[in-house]
Amino acid sequence: MSPDPRRPGPPLLEVEDLAVRFHMEGRIVEAVKGVSFTLERGRTLALVGESGSGKSVTALSILQLLPYPRAEHPKGSIRFRGEELVGRPEAFLRQIRGDRIAMIFQEPMTSLNPLHSVGRQIGEALALHRRLGRGELEARVIELLGLVGIPEPAERRHAYPHQLSGGQRQRVMIAMALANDPDLLIADEPTTAVDVTIQAQILRLLAELQARLGMAILLITHDLTIVRHFAQEVAVMTAGELVERGPVERVFAAPSHPYTQRLLAAEPRGRPQPVAATAPVVAEARGLRVHFPIQRGLLRRTRGWIRAVDGVDLQVRAGETLGVVGESGSGKTTLGLALLRLLPSQGGIRIAGAEVQGWSWRQLRPLRRQMQIVFQDPFGSLSPRMSIGQIVEEGLVIHRLGGPAERAAAVARALEEVGLDPSFQHRYPHELSGGQRQRVAIARALVLGPGLVVLDEPTSALDMSVQAQLVELLRDLQARRGLAYLFISHDLRVIRAMSHRVMVMRGGVVVEEGPVERIFEAPEHPYTRALLAAALRIEAAEEGVVRA
Amino acid sequence: MGGAVVRRERVRFLGAPLRLTPIGRRRLANFERNRRGAWSLRIFLGLFLVSLAAELVANDRPLLVRYDGAFHVPFLVAYPETTFGGFFDTEADYHDPEVRALIEEKGWILWPPVPYRYDTVVKDIPGPAPSPPDARHWLGTDDQARDVLARVIYGFRISVLFGLALTLAASLIGIAMGAVQGWFGGWVDLGLQRFLEIWGGLPVLYLLIIIASFLAPGFWTLLGVMLLFSWMALVDVVRAEFLRARNLDFVRAARALGASNAVLMVRHVLPNAMVSALTFLPFVLNGSITTLTSLDFLGFGLPPGSPSLGELLAQGKNNLQAPWLGLTGFAVVALMLSLLVFVGEAVRDAFDPRKTFR
Repeated sequence: MSPDPRRPGPPLLEVEDLAVRFHMEGRIVEAVKGVSFTLERGRTLALVGESGSGKSVTALSILQLLPYPRAEHPKGSIRFRGEELVGRPEAFLRQIRGDRIAMIFQEPMTSLNPLHSVGRQIGEALALHRRLGRGELEARVIELLGLVGIPEPAERRHAYPHQLSGGQRQRVMIAMALANDPDLLIADEPTTAVDVTIQAQILRLLAELQARLGMAILLITHDLTIVRHFAQEVAVMTAGELVERGPVERVFAAPSHPYTQRLLAAEPRGRPQPVAATAPVVAEARGLRVHFPIQRGLLRRTRGWIRAVDGVDLQVRAGETLGVVGESGSGKTTLGLALLRLLPSQGGIRIAGAEVQGWSWRQLRPLRRQMQIVFQDPFGSLSPRMSIGQIVEEGLVIHRLGGPAERAAAVARALEEVGLDPSFQHRYPHELSGGQRQRVAIARALVLGPGLVVLDEPTSALDMSVQAQLVELLRDLQARRGLAYLFISHDLRVIRAMSHRVMVMRGGVVVEEGPVERIFEAPEHPYTRALLAAALRIEAAEEGVVRA
Repeated sequence: MGGAVVRRERVRFLGAPLRLTPIGRRRLANFERNRRGAWSLRIFLGLFLVSLAAELVANDRPLLVRYDGAFHVPFLVAYPETTFGGFFDTEADYHDPEVRALIEEKGWILWPPVPYRYDTVVKDIPGPAPSPPDARHWLGTDDQARDVLARVIYGFRISVLFGLALTLAASLIGIAMGAVQGWFGGWVDLGLQRFLEIWGGLPVLYLLIIIASFLAPGFWTLLGVMLLFSWMALVDVVRAEFLRARNLDFVRAARALGASNAVLMVRHVLPNAMVSALTFLPFVLNGSITTLTSLDFLGFGLPPGSPSLGELLAQGKNNLQAPWLGLTGFAVVALMLSLLVFVGEAVRDAFDPRKTFR
């Protein structure tokens, strides 16, 4: 088997002066520029960087999975157990992939084949690399599913991916990766697509498995909290270069490179300005319910209801931020859309002093100026065919506010207010970075002069340093304009930096509500406690509090 | 929209100055990288322009006559024979040797390259009609002693014009239907989908034949009848795009701004749906031309005597001893359809955001 780890020999993985470049429509893009690192058995190296830093490309080139020949390595070498991998024939690499080096991808739903049962997919990973009898194969599949903590593995192996929860799917992915006892596991953002409580469970599982099986883990992530709690070594990448490498404690305590210092300082911090007790209530909901019918059969009779939001009361004052926290499926986005009357709902809604529940679209239209929304995905929320100027101007056109010259001036003002140069109005969304696009989305909401803005995960698609800037901007705008925010997020750090009060949602109902300090310092509900532990300390909760 | 200025850049395409957005420029560049498609478009446009000016290229009336110190333009104005010193008050027949002798006595005649129209019956062909190709009739004559080249030029024009008109009308209806279905969804969608299935299940060719038998055939009636059945091509594509796009964030954002259904559909969703619809258009055009040709071939198409490629093919079938008829018909139809398919492929490449060239 593998040689004694204590014996001096070549490290498990040696990446030396690796460079990657892509040919894109006549241009050459240097994605990775001379990166070197080593990884020993049983250790975890976290490769950290913001989007576009080249961390995923580096990971994919270890398995030589880049789109060759569009990608190429002008220099550098990757040695695995002393053997060169760069430029080796496909047949040789296939023996390594999935056997000695395994990989876990970010999105468990698209990485599993929806037409095959999970047991069959794990079995396939096994059968590709070793000859096993039918019985042995089945036994090993059940063993692996048990290893990754799937309950009743003998039955669950017949399940299809859609029958499992997100966390279970990610566990199945891990089982597939571990099928052949790899020496090296590459995990590319393994928990980005799952909720924080699940993330804590998955990371604990990986740590346990590493301790038991002795594999090395190369963890690619942008989340510094994960790095701090999970890795022994960290390598920081930016713009295709590796700027700092070392033990986690050292790098976090005394970062030497300016970029690392900036990255560590970038966590959203600070508190919002206090609200006057006399501030008027901008938006109010009483017993708000959104129920989606479950329709079955030929005549589509309604057989039951999904209670997405089930009796929520809320109140937001001018200049106040109400943070709404919850995991996916808790109904927080639905609540935001229902409050703006973008979804049909029951219960009382009062916006800017008017009882708007039941108003027709036409009646509501003048009031739309008062309530705006900013969505999570800055790539999807801007029409790709309109210039930034047109996007920001649209609300003014719809509400027939001002002539062309006044509208142009208003657009320029709104762009300046969100920290963009007015010359941006001639650009198109695809020319902008994620943070800039999100600023455009905010400018589009602000140009109408709203009193209430629903912010639906406005920071979660952005890099950490950009998140911090956006939080600053939002707080600044709130202070200047006295905006009321309904701030929806699963990211507790951002919620803490933004909110005056916090509402914790689960399964469509509010489990706990209160001032932000009380919720964070002394949570009462066990679910809130589990959420806080998972998010801030990556601790998995005891059984029963959260779903697997 | 008024105030906002869109940054567009000037580019030249086929000699025409265009103002394009960056994404449009990328598409144009992708289109031109498909050299086969770009050249097919050039050749097709060239042929189409020539056929649009068919009266100048193939006509049994001269382009210009110089007679007795004055100029005459017979292809535009009908002159009686008496103008040129003849006997009859009827329009001059410039192919008549006597008329020709009269004119050339006091002037000269400028003929178009092909001195026949699609309906000119040539009286002095060397043998019985259809006569094989020779120096005067490059592609021979058909069974009614009409010049095949002239008929092909006119036939090409009518086919392409018919195809374009049908494609335009069918696309407008199809896009509107697809947009309504996809946008409103629910019962509207369900009802129209079922209707489409029934309508699409009708045997189109038989129905066209039946309808053609009690309606006087003509360009516009035929267009109307065929429109009944050809608008369905784009419905599914546009419907799918609208179904997808109506829940996209930028559409929801515009809805939150207070935009009405019409604004949302036209300004936000339609441009995205048009990309996929546009890639289908050359193929819809192809289909329209093929249907017209097949109806003509069966004798249910354009009125008798019209220059039509389908009718030429039918003649070729009936006159196997005159292979130039069938071969010409085949070559012209094949060339036209191939050019359009190549153009269509290039358009598809141009709109494919993932397509990259090395």
